[in-house]
Amino acid sequence: MTTLTERFANLRRITRENELVYLFLHNRIAQIAAFVALLCIGGAMLSPWIAPTDPYDIAALDIMDSMLPPMWSAEGDPRFLIGTDDQGRDLFSAILYGTRLSLFVGLLSITFASVLGVSVGLMAGYFGGRFDAIMMRIADVQLSLPAILTALLIDGVARGILPRESHDDLMIVVLTVAIGLSLWVNFARTARASTFVEKNKEYVQASQIMGMHPLRIMLFHILPNIMGPIMVILTVDLAVAILLEATLSFLGVGVPPNQPSLGTLIRIGTEYMFSGEWWIVLFPSGMLITMVIAVNILGDFLRDALNPRLR
Amino acid sequence: MNTLLDIKNLSVKFPTRFGEFTALDDVSLDVNAGEIHGLVGESGAGKSTVGAAIIGLLQSPGYIADGNIHLSGENLLQLDKDAYHQLRGSRISMIFQDPQTSLNPLLTVSEQLVETIRQHSDIDHDTAREQAIALLKETGLQDVEQRFHDYPHQFSGGMRQRVVIALALCTDPELIIADEPTTALDVSVQKQILALIRELCNKRNVGIILITHDIGVISEITDRVTVLRSGRVVESGATRDVLGKPQEEYTQALMAAVPRLDKKLHRFKNIVAADKQITGDVQWTIEGASAEFAAEWLLSGNADKPLPSPPLIKGGSLTSLRTDVSDEHLVSSLDSDASLSKRRLGRPGGVAFESSPILEVANLNVTFHSERPGWFSKAQGFKALQNINFSMQRGEVLGVVGESGSGKSTLAKVIVGLVDPAAGEMTFNDALLPPGSKRPRQHPARRQIQMVFQDPYSSLNNRQTVEDIIAEPIRFYGLATQRSEVRQLVASVLELVEMPQRAMLKYPHQFSGGQRQRIAVARALVARPEFLICDEPTSALDVSIQAQILNLLKDLQETFGLSILFISHDLAVVRQMADRVIVLRHGELIETADTEAFFAEPGHAYSRQLLRETPDLGLLQAS
Repeated sequence: MTTLTERFANLRRITRENELVYLFLHNRIAQIAAFVALLCIGGAMLSPWIAPTDPYDIAALDIMDSMLPPMWSAEGDPRFLIGTDDQGRDLFSAILYGTRLSLFVGLLSITFASVLGVSVGLMAGYFGGRFDAIMMRIADVQLSLPAILTALLIDGVARGILPRESHDDLMIVVLTVAIGLSLWVNFARTARASTFVEKNKEYVQASQIMGMHPLRIMLFHILPNIMGPIMVILTVDLAVAILLEATLSFLGVGVPPNQPSLGTLIRIGTEYMFSGEWWIVLFPSGMLITMVIAVNILGDFLRDALNPRLR
Repeated sequence: MNTLLDIKNLSVKFPTRFGEFTALDDVSLDVNAGEIHGLVGESGAGKSTVGAAIIGLLQSPGYIADGNIHLSGENLLQLDKDAYHQLRGSRISMIFQDPQTSLNPLLTVSEQLVETIRQHSDIDHDTAREQAIALLKETGLQDVEQRFHDYPHQFSGGMRQRVVIALALCTDPELIIADEPTTALDVSVQKQILALIRELCNKRNVGIILITHDIGVISEITDRVTVLRSGRVVESGATRDVLGKPQEEYTQALMAAVPRLDKKLHRFKNIVAADKQITGDVQWTIEGASAEFAAEWLLSGNADKPLPSPPLIKGGSLTSLRTDVSDEHLVSSLDSDASLSKRRLGRPGGVAFESSPILEVANLNVTFHSERPGWFSKAQGFKALQNINFSMQRGEVLGVVGESGSGKSTLAKVIVGLVDPAAGEMTFNDALLPPGSKRPRQHPARRQIQMVFQDPYSSLNNRQTVEDIIAEPIRFYGLATQRSEVRQLVASVLELVEMPQRAMLKYPHQFSGGQRQRIAVARALVARPEFLICDEPTSALDVSIQAQILNLLKDLQETFGLSILFISHDLAVVRQMADRVIVLRHGELIETADTEAFFAEPGHAYSRQLLRETPDLGLLQAS
C-alpha cells in the first residue's frame, strides 16, 4: 500500500519537521561530542578485538614489563603504546577493557535507576495521595545525601551481608544496584512532575472514561508523552553513573581488582603519581574525563533541544 | 475628521528555515480620533501582527518589509529605538487579552498605576496617586479607595480588565490597541467592558484598534471594520456596511458561519473553502473502506434499538446529505432527500420524540473539597452542583448553557464518571448508572456514553498515529479484532467525518484544530455510542471551522439518532444545535425549556439577561 518512494518522502518530511535532527545538524559542539562518545563506546565495545593484549590474562603478564613509560619516550617499549602499569599490563588495553566495564556498569545501573524511578514517578504522579507522599518524602531524604554516600552505604551493607566467597562474582550486581538506588530519585521526580501535567490532559480523561486500566493508561498514553524529559535525565545521569562507578572503584569498593575499570586504574596510578610514573594516572583519567564530558554535552544538548521554551 | 493613524501598504515578513513567511501583505488602514476600528479575521490572519507592527514590537525575526505607519503625521518607522520606547506607553498603549497575565501579580494595583504615571510625566507621588484613583473611578471600578492597595489576584476577571484599561489610559494616549480584550471574559462582563471602551473612546477622543475574532463584538461597538485573511485585507469600511452587506465572498462566508441567535438554521451554508488537500491524500484508500461502510457498521451496533436495518446513506459520504442550497430552498425540500435520515428516525422536524428517556438525573449534588474534612469538623467544600434534575429523551440534543464556573463541565464529568457526585442518582437506559469510582470497567455505559472535549490540542495523544487513536476504542471494546477489519473501520470512520483516509497514517500535530476535532469526533463515534457529550466542542475553533464541525455533529446526530448533551457558553451555538436548553448558574439549574420557546421568551430573569448580553448579528443581517 505504501510505496517505497512515498515512505521515503514521508521520512524526509519527518526529518524536516523534527526539531531534534535539525538542531543536531546545526550544532557543531553536539556533533563533536557525539563523535567522541561514539568513539569511546565503539572502542570499549570492540576492546577484545582491537586491544593488543588481554589485561585480564594473568599468565600473559610479565613483571619485567612493569612501569614502562609510553613508547615515544626514551625507555619506552614499542609493544606498549602508552606504557604499562605496576603489574606490566599494557595500559592501552587496560583502558579499553576498563572503559568497557565502566560503561557496562554505568548503563546497567542507569537502566535500573530509570525503570525504578520512572515506575515510582508515574504511579506517584498518577495516583497521588498517600503513595505519592511517602515516596516523595523518601526521595527528599535521599536527595539530601550525596549520591556517592548512598552508593557507598548500599555497597558496604551488601558486602557485609553477602558471603565473602561470592564477592567477586556478585560485585558487579552489587555495584549496579548501589549506583541505581542512588540515582532513581531524579527519574522519579521528573516522571512525577510530567505525569501531573499529562494526567490532566483530555486524552487521559478520554481513556479514563473508557474504563481503561490505570496501568495501561500509564504505559501506553502517559509514558510516551513524558519520555522527552526522561531522555534528558538518562543521558546526564549516565555520566554521573560512570563517575560514581569510577569513584567507588577508586575507593577500592568497586569492581574486583583482577578486572580493572577506569576507577581502579586511576587508583593504581595515584600510588605512583609522585614517583614520576605519570602515565599510569593520566591516561585513564583523561579517558574518563573525555567520555563524561562528551556524554554530558550530549545530555545538555538534548535538554535544550527538547525544551520548547529555550528555542 | 482628522486621521490619527495611517497605515499604508504595510508588509511584514518572517524569515524561517523553510523560506520567508509573509505575515502581512500590503495592508492599508486608517483610524480617526474618537473612532473604534475593528480588525477581524480567523487565527493566522495577521490581526495581532498589525498591532505588534504599530507598537514596534514585532517578534524577532519578523521585520517590516514595506510600507509606512504614520501617527498624527509622524512616520513611526523612522523613529530610533529610544524615541519608539518613549512613544510606546505614552502615545500608544495596549490592552491585552488576558488580564491575569498582563498585570504583575507581585505589585499592588496602586504601585503599578503610580509607577506608570510617574514614568511618563514628571509629577510627584501624591499627584500621581490622585490621578490613578481618578482613572480607576473612570473605568468603573467599585470602592476604589479601599481596593487601591489590593493585588491583582484579589480582583475578578472583569475588574482586572478594568485595571488594565486604566493602566492603558494613564498616560493619556492618542491610540489604544486592544488585542482580544474580552475573549477571556464571560458574556455579561464582556458587555460591560465593551461599553466601557466605547464610552472612554467617545469621552477622551482616542482612536482604538480593536482586534478580535468575534464578529459579534465587532458589530457591537466598532465604527469601521477591516476584515483580514492570510495577511491581506479582504474588505474594509463602515461596520454596518461591511457586516450588513458584505461585498466579498469571504466576508459573506464568514458572516454565514456566525451562529445566529434569532433563528435555527438547518445547516450552516457551506462555508469558506475547505482545507487544501493534496490529491495523493484523497487517492490513498484502504480496500472496502467507505463512509457507507462506517455508517452501516455504526447502525448495526445499535440493533437493540428500534432502527431500520438497511443503511440510509447511499452514494457517498454524509456530504451527499448536506446540501449547499440556501435555507429557503431547504425549507421547501425538507421532505425530500435531505431529511431522509430525519424521517427514518421518526422525528420529522425535530419535534416529536419517541418518549423513552435515555438519561435521567435526579437531585444530583457535587461538592469539591479543598482539603479532607477533619474528624470533628463538618465537611464544607465548594458546591459545584446542587440538586440538579433533568431528563433527556432518546435522540434529543440537550443544550447546557451558563457562564464559567456554573458547573457545566462538572455535570459532564459526573455523567462520564470522572467526578463522583456527593448525592443524587443517574439513570441511563433504564438502569441505575453508578458513580464513576463504583462504575465497573466493563460497564456498558462506558461504551454507550462518549465524550468530545473542548481542546482538540490536548484531547488527542500526540505520540499515537491517528490510526492508533481511533482504533483504540474499537479494540478496547472488542468491536472488531482482525487487524484488517480494524483498519477498514478506522479508514471508513475517517471518511465519515470528512477526512481523507490517508489521515490515519499521520500524527495529530500534523492537523489543524478543526481537523483534530474531527478526529476526536471519529474516536467517540467508533465506540458506537448512544449518548454523546460535547463539552464546548467548538470554542477553541475559528467560526468557519466551528460551522463545519457543528454541521458535522448535526449530520451525525440525525443519521445515527444520537442523544447529545451539548455544553456551550455561546447561546447562539446552542440555539443552532439544541432541541431543549437547560441553564445553569452557580451550580443550580434555573431553567429548562424548549429551544424555540427559550429564545423567544426565557422564563427566568437570569436567562433573559444572558440572552440580552450575547452579541447579536440579527439586526445587521436583517438590514
